[in-house]
Amino acid sequence: MASEVKEGLLHGLPIGLGYLSVSFGFGIQAVRCGISAVDASLISLTNITSAGQAAGIEIIARQGTLAEMALVQLLINLRYALMGLSLSQNLDPSFGFIHRMLASFGITDEIFAVCSCRKKPVTPKFMYCVILVAAVGWVSGTFLGAVLGEILPPSVTAALGLMLYGMFIAIIIPPAKKHRSVLAVVIIAAVLSVLCKHFLPMITSGFAIIICAVAASVIGAFLYPIDEKQEAEK
Amino acid sequence: MSIAIYILVMAGVTYLIRMLPFTFFTQKIESKFLRRFLFYVPYAVLSAMTFPAVFHATGNTVSSAVGTAAALILAYLDLPLIAVAAAASASAFVTGLFI
Repeated sequence: MASEVKEGLLHGLPIGLGYLSVSFGFGIQAVRCGISAVDASLISLTNITSAGQAAGIEIIARQGTLAEMALVQLLINLRYALMGLSLSQNLDPSFGFIHRMLASFGITDEIFAVCSCRKKPVTPKFMYCVILVAAVGWVSGTFLGAVLGEILPPSVTAALGLMLYGMFIAIIIPPAKKHRSVLAVVIIAAVLSVLCKHFLPMITSGFAIIICAVAASVIGAFLYPIDEKQEAEK
Repeated sequence: MSIAIYILVMAGVTYLIRMLPFTFFTQKIESKFLRRFLFYVPYAVLSAMTFPAVFHATGNTVSSAVGTAAALILAYLDLPLIAVAAAASASAFVTGLFI
């Protein structure tokens, strides 16, 4: 079981480092919206999501209504419901009701990716460790960003911005190399996303991701309908 | 309005979206189509998040592209996550020094 902890912490590390740099930017932005460093950190601790938080502080800044806040969060974060559903299919039997309730708090794009692309079923220990490292990076980055502002040279923060994407690439390439179906889905999703960005720029990024991912996955499921063996050896 | 109330609504809504499907959907899905679909979702989500955003990640298309290429090559060689992520950042940083 110790290896579950170690593996979780190791998998959480690139996420935590990536989050640190991304949330640094969020911290800077929050202060610009008139939010204190402590409140900004509290938002990061209770939400752990980039797009939703960015939209949230904008609503706070202009004193929008609570209904608007709730609706915006619902729409931007709706993808987590889909991810939770997908992840629920790859859980270890030890993942009981209480563990599910607790661990669901940490379903983010990156944590979901690391957990659901795991070959073994996900244990509570593994997921908690990934969440812990990621959350530490996310919250401390927010606080540092809010307090330090723009002290780090832009060349460093800019390069750190690639960290998360590098990790995404490291997750999708090996299975795409092995399975033509995954490769097809990855390419379809990328092409749709590029088209979406160019021709439908008014769609928010959260929505665009849902649309492109659902479309690519549906096409994949149609093109490669029966492949139980491949799924089993995932 | 107090910021605490905003944060409460924000966090509450976000938590419920995450918690409800993950906690209360416990049975295995029988439909093969649905299972294939859910199997592809994470890869599709990551791909849609990465492209085309990765090419603007550093604010410069050239250094972003170099970092992306480094990540693709190392990922193809099955290097661990942290190595690929670090190499992407490092190569983009070094490229940034020359432009």
